[in-house]
Amino acid sequence: MPSPTSNEPIIRFDRVNKSFGDLNVLNGLSFDIAPAERVTLIGPSGSGKTTILRLLMTLEHITPVKHPEENGGVMWVEGEPFSHMDKGGKLVVANERHLRQARQKIGMVFQQFNLFPNMTVMRNVTEAQVHTLKRSKDEAAAKAKELLDLVGLSDKVDNYPSQLSGGQQQRVAIARALAMDPDILLLDEVTSALDPELVADVLGVLRDVASSTNITMLIVTHEMGFARDVSDRIMMFDKGVIVEEGAPEAMFGDPREERTQDFLRAVRSE
Amino acid sequence: MDFQAVIDSLPRYAEPLLVTIQVTVASAALALLVAFALGLMTSSKHLVVRTPARVVVEFFRGSSVVVQLFWFAIAMPVILGIQFDYAIAAAIIALALNYGSYSSEVVRSAIASVPKGQLEACTALNFTPIQRMRLVILPQAWPEMIPSLCSFAIMLLKASALVSLISVTDITRMATLIGGQGGGVNQLPHLALILVIYFVLAWLIWNGMRALERKAKRGVGIDAKLPKNRAIDAPAAAAGGGGAA
Repeated sequence: MPSPTSNEPIIRFDRVNKSFGDLNVLNGLSFDIAPAERVTLIGPSGSGKTTILRLLMTLEHITPVKHPEENGGVMWVEGEPFSHMDKGGKLVVANERHLRQARQKIGMVFQQFNLFPNMTVMRNVTEAQVHTLKRSKDEAAAKAKELLDLVGLSDKVDNYPSQLSGGQQQRVAIARALAMDPDILLLDEVTSALDPELVADVLGVLRDVASSTNITMLIVTHEMGFARDVSDRIMMFDKGVIVEEGAPEAMFGDPREERTQDFLRAVRSE
Repeated sequence: MDFQAVIDSLPRYAEPLLVTIQVTVASAALALLVAFALGLMTSSKHLVVRTPARVVVEFFRGSSVVVQLFWFAIAMPVILGIQFDYAIAAAIIALALNYGSYSSEVVRSAIASVPKGQLEACTALNFTPIQRMRLVILPQAWPEMIPSLCSFAIMLLKASALVSLISVTDITRMATLIGGQGGGVNQLPHLALILVIYFVLAWLIWNGMRALERKAKRGVGIDAKLPKNRAIDAPAAAAGGGGAA
């Protein structure tokens, strides 16, 4: 768990580039996230929000630039190079072994839940604890019970994901991510695939998590009410650059940039 | 046609029937191993792993199983000095490699059909590639494979008749041997008999595989016998909404 008094950013993007073929999604993007900070990324689709989360989860890899020591293009997590590794004083693109080590600090909840359909709820939450954190089965089960209780699903431990509603599946997915004790939690449009009546439960759980832990959170969402409630900072993205950022009150109450105003108007009229 | 003669000759089919079953079961088991080995290799993202497997698959799929059978039974002992004690072993190896190569495509495509989100969840939970395959991908891919593997198992049963070409006495060879003694026409009831035997064996395989498929699907939370599994979503949501209101 990061110390909340630390001044060092827990996440630093230093002039990060990401292209998919000819498409430049991020072009020299820089920002810092403080430990225990909750930051919501908003912006139109294709603005690079989800790409930022996927880069941090190592599901995508940055587009490297030459001489990263001078030119940047590096992601840092907890003061250590994340997308790169130190090799004799030089930064080289991280290999799988480095990424495996680095991503231990990070958890992610996906839009489509991505629970394992071949495992019960209990196994979904315990399996990675046992296999990647090397916890004992009893320890993992105790942790899982505690978290499933937190998300209000302690009566579903023996069910398979196919036997749960979308909202319940997403709450299991939240428990599964938290079971790994991440320092950073990435939430990628976690309510977008849910029926409207199931959204509130999931957001309620996330509000509880936000208020009861000091996990750093990066959130991509279209739920502006939720973003306003849990965030310390809102970052508005368009075409891979930060258009505007600030406290939620300022961003939602009195956005300066026209693109932010247009975007918020479009989201609210949905 | 002399059906009495066929009935009288039934005991003589016992041993050949055992040979047919032996060849089918042994080569199916070996083919399954080959299919998984080649299927996993052709699924690899590393070219050095994928390419040799691809070559083996295309070679065995692209050449005649009969020629392969002769090759293992007759040519191999001469060329490489490998001597199979029993022609039956050569038959099992040839059939296993041939059908294993075909089935490896079933394994490969079932692995490829596991949704990408599952792999991403594995990355997010920091599973190693082996853990990912063992805990997530194969358990989900396996039920997908079973219907196609069942078809190949039945084809393999029927292909086991080819062993009669290298003088292994299975039911096909026995039918032609016994029937052949009294002239061509006498073969007909014997051929009819083995037709029925093959059909019954295929039916047994089919039923076994169906049971296996049901069991495998229960393992991924799909159970046809328990309709509430699927229907729970809507009522649960409705009840939840009602409770809140």
